[in-house]
Amino acid sequence: MLEVENVSVSFGDNHVLRDVSLTLKKGELVSILGVSGGGKTTLFNVISGLLKPDDGRVLLEGRDVTGKPGSISYMLQKDMLLPYRTIEDNCALPLLLRGTPKSRAREQVREHLAEFGLEGTGRLWPAQLSGGMRQRAALLRTYLFSQEVALLDEPFSALDTITKSAMHRWYLDIMDRIRLSTLFITHDMDEAILLSDRICLLTGKPGTITKVITVEPPRPRGEDFPLSPEFLEYKRTIKAAIGG
Amino acid sequence: MKRKPQSTIRDKLPAAAALAGLVLVWQGVSSLGLVPAFMLPSPVMVVRAFISDFGLLMSNSVTTLKEAFLGLLIGVGLGFVFAVAMDAFPIVRRAFYPLLVITQTIPTVAIAPLLVLWFGYETMPKVVLIVITTFFPLTVGLTDGFREADPDAISLLRSMGAGRAKIFRYIKLPSAIPQFFSGLRIAAAYSVVGAVIAEWLGGFSGLGVYMTRVRSAYAFDKMFAVIILISAISLLLMGLIGLAERVLTPWRRARQERS
Repeated sequence: MLEVENVSVSFGDNHVLRDVSLTLKKGELVSILGVSGGGKTTLFNVISGLLKPDDGRVLLEGRDVTGKPGSISYMLQKDMLLPYRTIEDNCALPLLLRGTPKSRAREQVREHLAEFGLEGTGRLWPAQLSGGMRQRAALLRTYLFSQEVALLDEPFSALDTITKSAMHRWYLDIMDRIRLSTLFITHDMDEAILLSDRICLLTGKPGTITKVITVEPPRPRGEDFPLSPEFLEYKRTIKAAIGG
Repeated sequence: MKRKPQSTIRDKLPAAAALAGLVLVWQGVSSLGLVPAFMLPSPVMVVRAFISDFGLLMSNSVTTLKEAFLGLLIGVGLGFVFAVAMDAFPIVRRAFYPLLVITQTIPTVAIAPLLVLWFGYETMPKVVLIVITTFFPLTVGLTDGFREADPDAISLLRSMGAGRAKIFRYIKLPSAIPQFFSGLRIAAAYSVVGAVIAEWLGGFSGLGVYMTRVRSAYAFDKMFAVIILISAISLLLMGLIGLAERVLTPWRRARQERS
């Protein structure tokens, strides 16, 4: 449903991405794994339409959305909830931007609050919520914008380890329930192996996808999957490919 | 942690004690005859003057407050228009920002007589003077507020398909509210002082006119009374603005309660 075809980007003499292609199918979680400064954020801006690539296309359900913001939204490590809007009004923002009347937009948000583990928080300010809850609110906002594809850029890396693994479980669960497809950008190998159907390694300068690894065990993977030899084998493969 | 009302009273206690101490020393100096009463009237004399001239002080306050409000209102409107224009068009910003700064270097007492010459003795020159002094802190506050809007939040809204108008409404405008209120508090204090100065230099009524009259009568007790009244009005205005800010920015209190 989401296809990135031969995307290249350079800023002047600085070639950041070269010939990057990837595919995300319905209900899949695909990770883009790469080192910091390796062009992940640039790729991300291209997919969200904020940046027009020098070459290549981004297709959503066969529609060309290259360089056109407004089709795919994203979620970052920073939750970017606006401090001066309540949780309800933050999540309603994509609907309001689309022209939905305020009361209808709020109603729609309220219908989803419980599903996202946010019951009773609609009228609170973002500052009154914990980090994990804020991320869930940010995801609800992303979901209300585009119900098919979520573009996530290291969304959980600011959370502590325990909250993070709780969020992983929660995310996989809700992703299956609401039939969301996810493109997940990360530098965390463990996270990528744990969550992904496929991992695309973005390496080199200019960055390009050098290897695609399919993680076989079906999701959700058990608590002890990260301790299994299989998991370590995936990790070894990735390390060898990245050269780290 | 929630702040208890008691602790806010305790916060203000030192300032109240210092003020009370100062008044006591002042009264002591006067009662002991260290300074003659015609040069420095005692607090008791000032209070008596305030009571005896109460009606006159109030009617003159109405004039001054009217001018201050009108000037402040126009200042806010003009400041808003300037700030939006400077935010939307960088060329406007580059062209006018230095001019704005220059308007602030002109001594008020120097241009006020000119304004009287151009616009007469009525309300007009006072309002113009107040606008000149107030729209600067407002414009600067708003412009800085717009500029400090989170660029990541702007990108996010852009990715959701928001255009400039919607980004302004949902991000820039609300981001500038705290800065706007800082500017407004300063502008409110300027507006009262500006009105008084303009009246002092030419007018028919107002606290500034009252001041010139009691000065030529060497009635320093009345002079002190009107000075205290002007301070009180300024403080009251600033307090009202602070109250409005608290009501309009409830999320800032939420943050305090959590930390």
